[in-house]
Order: sequence, then structure tokens, then C-alpha cells
Amino acid sequence: MPTVAPLDLEGHCVAAVFLNDVPHFALADGAIHRLDNGHKTVRANDGLLAAFHDAANDRLITGGEDGKVFAVKAGGEVSELASAGRKWVTSVTAGPQGAIAYASGKNAFVRFADGKTKEFTHPRSVEGLAFSPKGMRFGVARYNGATLHFPAAEGKPVELEWAGAHTGITFSPDGAFLVTTMQENALHGWKLADGKHMRMSGYPGKVKSLSWSVKGKWLASSGAPAAIVWPFSAKDGPMGKAPLELGTRGNTMVTCVACHPSQDVVAIGYEDGMVIAARFADAKEVLLRRPGKGAITAMMWDKEERRIVFGSAAGDCGVIDITA
Amino acid sequence: MSDAQTQIPVTVLTGYLGAGKTTLLNRILSENHGKRYAVIVNEFGEIGIDNDLIVESDEEIYEMNNGCVCCTVRGDLIRVVEGLMRRPGRFDAIVVETTGLADPVPVAQTFFMDDDVRSKTKLDAVVALVDAKHLPLRLKDSKEAEDQIAFADVVVLNKTDLVTPEELEKVEATIRAINPAARIHRTQRAGVALGEVLDRGAFDLSRALENDPHFLEAHDHDHDHDHDHHDRDGHDHHHHHDHASDIHDVTVKSVSLRGGEMDPKKFFPWIEKVTQMEGPNILRLKGIIALKGDDDRYVLQGVHMILEGDHQRAWKDGEKHESRLVFIGRDLDADRLRKSFEACQVA
Repeated sequence: MPTVAPLDLEGHCVAAVFLNDVPHFALADGAIHRLDNGHKTVRANDGLLAAFHDAANDRLITGGEDGKVFAVKAGGEVSELASAGRKWVTSVTAGPQGAIAYASGKNAFVRFADGKTKEFTHPRSVEGLAFSPKGMRFGVARYNGATLHFPAAEGKPVELEWAGAHTGITFSPDGAFLVTTMQENALHGWKLADGKHMRMSGYPGKVKSLSWSVKGKWLASSGAPAAIVWPFSAKDGPMGKAPLELGTRGNTMVTCVACHPSQDVVAIGYEDGMVIAARFADAKEVLLRRPGKGAITAMMWDKEERRIVFGSAAGDCGVIDITA
Repeated sequence: MSDAQTQIPVTVLTGYLGAGKTTLLNRILSENHGKRYAVIVNEFGEIGIDNDLIVESDEEIYEMNNGCVCCTVRGDLIRVVEGLMRRPGRFDAIVVETTGLADPVPVAQTFFMDDDVRSKTKLDAVVALVDAKHLPLRLKDSKEAEDQIAFADVVVLNKTDLVTPEELEKVEATIRAINPAARIHRTQRAGVALGEVLDRGAFDLSRALENDPHFLEAHDHDHDHDHDHHDRDGHDHHHHHDHASDIHDVTVKSVSLRGGEMDPKKFFPWIEKVTQMEGPNILRLKGIIALKGDDDRYVLQGVHMILEGDHQRAWKDGEKHESRLVFIGRDLDADRLRKSFEACQVA
């Protein structure tokens, strides 16, 4: 029977991650809480808007209302990586070789490990950022499509067009596919080898959470009363295939998904704060946490595949131990 | 369902460069009115106040991918409002300042079309600042100046000290011709009482038309009752309704319809069809409808193709069961609207 160690905080949880196996919770006010032999707190942004778990460097990258970008490491070490000025930093991400990227208005910036920064200006706002797992390449979600930049080289970016506002972006773990979330209730995808389009629509709500399963065989998504899980193992991705619908509930919506690190299992968080795990093969479900005060906004599995750290929009966060 | 208790009111401030938006914003931010405002601006510009809650945001118009050209929203607002609302305890209300040339429609529609924004905030009113001296010129060279007035709930007619009384009368008549439903306040240095621009509830169906007690009054009232200018002989008797404006450079017109009790089986299909077909031409619509067999007043409002309606309150004893509907827009066929509206009346 899974057990939950709760941590009741005040405010919207933007990110819940393990850093050096210690649960960390980044809240919208910029406080970073951690459960490290007791409850400890450090401060990052004055108004934290975006956070990305940089797995390769075991750190959390944050951006916020103060126009700054911070790196938070285990043990409460917070360092400022960049300052973009008076505008909000609305999106952050991390890539290979210690590089990070952040967005402010129409500009995307890549900061290399040596501190050198390169700026990329777009005609419209940069809505989302993601690095490709392979090579020094990053994608920008924007109005009417996505733009791929190659920050280590000179040259023109690659423009991928699809009408509508694209708000978030992710590469598949093998780098073969690019998927965006949209302002309308849909995902859009491109097969990068040939630019083939993939439309993934039919969601009743906006998709705000995406998670790739082990080796990128599946892409789990929120935005419906069930976790919608698209198959990506075929060479054309999910085209012509129906997604799995896991953890369907009648009276609430899925707000957050986090795939298991090694098995075809997804942790599903709902608007009412409930968390379950569901297996792809047989859709079997296990209740991990009963409904709470707010919608689940963030989740992550630990390396031992034993614990899930979660956060909510109301601040009732915690750690689920599935083996206890 | 959204909880009205927690929805933060949003005031949209439009107006050309130099009309006095910054002056009004500075007053909103600095006067002692007991409320805290988050302000979303296009550029920090001349706001001389240091405040964490002033957010600079690039106006970003997104067409919704549904084939409807008038279904536009402000993408940047969706993001900023979402960010602000993650820490809602910091402020009581939001003010959005638009650029001088901005079309107010996408701003307003954001608060109806985006589910996240709609669940957390509600549009309170659209306030247009107008420079009394330069409005005639603005109307000549742009459609936006006219749109801003046509779309407004409140018009602050500013810089009245820079024009003669005759010019002022003419400017106000022009504004009235474009938008007979808006409240007009004549000011100098944007010196309007803040209560007249904030917390108006202009988009709140239960309050919208209560703010305008004369909405159902006689045709020949020109809504200028809240002014301290009663010396305008001859001006109160203009009929500003249904006319193709006699004022040069005005392309927006209003169509005011009046009728008796409506047959709901005819009226609802009709209004749906009108907003579907004429949506791109309709900037705003407002109405109070008397439905046959219904003890409550039915209130309606719309922006382009977005239509909202609800029962408001019971008809009072002795209150005449009358229906009234005002369209503000372009290329509206007044005769056809009137005939088809009247055909919805109970036979």
C-alpha cells in the first residue's frame, strides 16, 4: 500500500523534483522548499514562472517575474545564471554540455556552460523552449509553428509551420519527433526527418503536461478526463493510431502526467489532487494519493523508481512511496 | 463552473498615444483607494512608479484555429494572467493598458474564449480615453480610434481644456454617434473619479444594464445624464439611433431595436443566427429581453460571435414587459434587423 508523506505549503507549486534524491518543491513566490532531514527553504526568483529539471546536471533551472534565471542544486545552493532585463522570463530549459536556454518576450537566449550567451530574436513571442537530445539544437514554440535553432553554428534556423498558437514544445528522446502543445485543445507534431505533420486533437481542455515514456515509445498527455497516451514506436509516430486512455474519471480532468523511468507505467495527477499510477499493457490502476486541496501541477519519479514527488496548485505537496 | 467569488476583475484601458492613459494609470497606481492593482502594459514608458505588479508584455494577437477571422485573443495576456493568478493574494484587480493603435476586441475576447483566463478573471469594463482636441484627426486617419470608442463601456473625453465649448459639443456628439451606450465623462488631465472607470461590472450580466438605468428609457434620451453640463440647448433632442451617421469619418453605427414580448422559440434561433452571420460586423451588442411566459428579465451581451445571456431579475410590478436590443458595428442592415427582430415578437 503506497504511503504519502505530505508537505503543506502556501501557494502554487511550479515544479516538484528530486535533486540528489532529495525532494524539492519550487513555488510561484520563488521559494524552493526541500525535505532534507527536515523542511528547509531557499529563495530563487522573486516570482517564479517556469522551471526545468536539468537531469544531466542534477539541478533545477528557474525563470521568473524578476527577469532572472537561476540554477538550484541539491543542498540549497542557488546561483544566478542570467538576467534578461525587466520583462518576465517565461520559459526555461536545459540542454547538452551544460547549456541552458530561456525566453523573454520575443527573444530566446542560449547560455553555454562557459557563460557565453547567444540571443535569437523572433517576430512573435517565444512561448516554449526545448533542446533536442542530440546535438546542439533547440526548438522554439511560437505563433503558427516552431523554429529550430543551431546555436553552436552560424546559419539559418529551420521553420516548421502549422497554423495556430503553439505554447509548449518537446523533442522525443531519440530526437526524431517534435511535439507542441497548442492554445487550442490539441497537440501538433512533426517528424523531423521529412517534416510530416501529426495532428493529435480531440482534447476537451488545453494540454499542459507531457511526458515521454521509457525510450520515447509513448507520449502521455493531460487535458482530458483520462491520460491520453500516444504511441510513438512506429516510424510515423501516432499517425492513424488511436491513443491509450488511462485512468479515466468522470468528474475531473487530468492535469499532470509523469512516466515511469523504466516501465510502461504513468503517474497521473488530477484536478482534484488525486494521483494514480496506470499500466499501459492492461490499463490496471493503483491509487497513490486521495484527492487533496488543489490540482496536481508537478510530479517526478526518483531514480530508484520507488518514490514520486508531487506538487499542487494549492500548495499541498508531498512524496508518495509506492513500496511502503 | 467558475466561482464568481474568486474571479479577479479586469479593466481594459484603450486610447491613442497622448490621450491620457499614462496619467490615468499613474492615478490608479498612486491614489489611496484601498485596492491593489496589477497593471499589464506594453511598455513601462512613462509610468514613473516602481511597482512589482507592473508587467511589461508584448501585444500578441492570436487567431483561433477555427476558421473564424474575428475569433482573436491576446496570447501574451493568457500567459501573464496565468502567471499573476498563481499568486492571487498580491492584488485585487488587473488593469490592461493597450497600445494606441490596439484593437480592443482581442483583449476583451481573451476573457471569454480562454477557459483558464475565464475561470480566474472576469472582464469588468473597457475604458477608452479620447483626446478632445485630436479625435477628429484620429478618426480621419484610422479605424482603430473609432473601434476603441465603439467598443467602450466608458469613454473618458480628456483634455477638454484644449478645445472650445463648440468643439467639445461636436466631439461628444461624434462619440455618441459611434457609441450611444457608453458613459461619457468630460475631463482634464484624466481627472475622472476612479469609481467611474473601475469596478463597473459592465460585462456582468446581472449588473451591466443596471449601470445604465436609462437603457430602457425613451428613444430620444442621449445618455448624458451623468454630466455636469446641462446647458446644451438643442442637444438633448437628437435622435442618434439607427442613423447612418451624418458625422464625417464615422463608419460604425448603432442599431437600437425595441419591441414587446418575444417568443423564445423564435427569438433565440434568430439572435444565434444574427451573431453567426453578422458576427464579424458586430462589435458589441447588449439587450434586455422580455420573454413570453417568463417572470424574469433576460439580459444579453455579445462581442462579435460570442453571445452570453442569462436571467437577470424578476420584472417588477407594473414594469412594462419590453424588449430592447442595441447593436454597435459596421455594415449593419438596420431595416432587416428590425423586421426580423419584430417578427420574433409574440403574435
